[in-house]
Amino acid sequence: MSGSGRIALRVAVLGYLGFLLVAPVSLVFYRTFRHGFGPVWTALSNPDAVHALCLTVEIALIAVPLNTLFGVCCAFAVVRYRLPGFGVVNTLVDLPLALSPVVVGLALFVLYGRGNAVGDWLTGHGVHVLFAMPGMLLATIFVSLPFVVREVVPVLREIGDEQEEAAATLGSSGLQTFRRVTLPSIRWAVTYGVVLTTARALGEIGAVSVVSGAIQGRTETLTLFVQRSYENFDPIGAYAGATVLASLAIFTLALMTVLQRQRSCR
Amino acid sequence: MSLQAAEPLPSRRAARPIPAAPLAVGTFSIFYLSVIVLLPIAALTWRVVSGGTASFRSAVTNPEAVAAIELTLLLSAIVVAIDVVAGTATAWVLVRDDFRGKHFVDALIDLPFALPTIVAGLTLLALYGPRGGTGIDVAFTRTGVVLALLFVTLPFVVRTVQPVLGELDRELEDAAASLGAGKLTTFRRIVVPAIAPAMLSGIALAFARAVGEFGSVVLISGNLPFKTEMASVYIFGRLNSGDPAGAAAVSLVLLVISFVTLLLVAALRRRVTRHERALEGARKERKAPASPAPGAGR
Repeated sequence: MSGSGRIALRVAVLGYLGFLLVAPVSLVFYRTFRHGFGPVWTALSNPDAVHALCLTVEIALIAVPLNTLFGVCCAFAVVRYRLPGFGVVNTLVDLPLALSPVVVGLALFVLYGRGNAVGDWLTGHGVHVLFAMPGMLLATIFVSLPFVVREVVPVLREIGDEQEEAAATLGSSGLQTFRRVTLPSIRWAVTYGVVLTTARALGEIGAVSVVSGAIQGRTETLTLFVQRSYENFDPIGAYAGATVLASLAIFTLALMTVLQRQRSCR
Repeated sequence: MSLQAAEPLPSRRAARPIPAAPLAVGTFSIFYLSVIVLLPIAALTWRVVSGGTASFRSAVTNPEAVAAIELTLLLSAIVVAIDVVAGTATAWVLVRDDFRGKHFVDALIDLPFALPTIVAGLTLLALYGPRGGTGIDVAFTRTGVVLALLFVTLPFVVRTVQPVLGELDRELEDAAASLGAGKLTTFRRIVVPAIAPAMLSGIALAFARAVGEFGSVVLISGNLPFKTEMASVYIFGRLNSGDPAGAAAVSLVLLVISFVTLLLVAALRRRVTRHERALEGARKERKAPASPAPGAGR
């Protein structure tokens, strides 16, 4: 491509990214800290904000390990064991990526709500899923389910099973082979998947909003706190919450970049 | 030793240590997927089906529902059309161009995946909203919704096209150019066919994401019925105003759109893998006669 054409395209692309991503995100950081750290600290040390942050972290701490375990198992079932029916499973795993989080929330609402056998049975046994932690957890697990599977499947395919076969021939047990041969080669893929899962879990709003009822100080996650603050004309609270979330996102992004470089080095 | 290693396939099966392991792993995966994903989806579908066709029809032909679904499809189509052009251009710049800070820009593309959607909406509103100071005010407009959807769907086309563009054999383009093809002709006839499957799967994923988007549009759209109300926000509103049946009916429409998209992406992925395998096979065949037997020199 000729010099001028290339420069023009570069400028256009960078301008688009600046207009859509960089300018708005930097502005939020600027607005948040325009009057120093004081007001931000006040907004964040409000008990509702603290509770929202703790709840968000708590949910992520449970949802991410579960989805990681499932992700590795499912990838193994799809690629290594080639169990019957897992071609369909491999497609179904992507459903949360394509489905509206509000629909996810509503589906949970119907299943665990009044008038459904499952919901009524659980309520009868004193388990409250909706407007409580279990429902929010189920919603978060649902929407962040695909990432580990999606990262691990192609890597498992690429490394092949020759080394595992060799280890097995040399008398290594299944678990030993997994720990000493397979795990080191899928380590970065799993880590990358975990980072993506965490980012999705921390940022979830649609599904959690439906099942939680967004009760202030009780079932309000940080994203819901940002939404409520903004709608209640409390821009400082909204910007402070958004800045915490955005900082986590930028940290995630940095981690993703480092991990990707690690992987391409290998 | 050598005998064992040379033994054909059946021994591999026998060598697999715990036959129970695949069973356990497979059962766990199916169970987890069923409880988390399939059961709620089945409950939602059953709720709509058991309500009868008449109630479904009246729920999805409600003028406000029709307006929300139509608007969602229209805006998603517009967003995806912009994404294809912007995404391909971005991928091109990231692969073929070179400048200082390119790695930074490359990392930046993933920002919308990492940033919570509510924050995305808030940031856009901060700059392009009523108090943005830019003179532009997209709050409560369709333009605002398009902007929010462009933000959250930005990475899809870039990230699907970029690797394919990187693998592309430049000799073909050089050959086309040497035969007198112009830049645009080369792009259209050589590059586009090669990246088309990747583009399509990026388009499908971006479209599905746009159709179901909630967090980024909930603040910016103002949710004005018949004007800026998107399907997902409509569903949310129906549920809150005590009409779960209406919410479920429109949800089923979105669910079907998601399924169709998924099947499309799966079909495209299969096609690409098959194509890659064929290419690899051809490459191996070409190389095989020239290369010496492995380990022959030692």
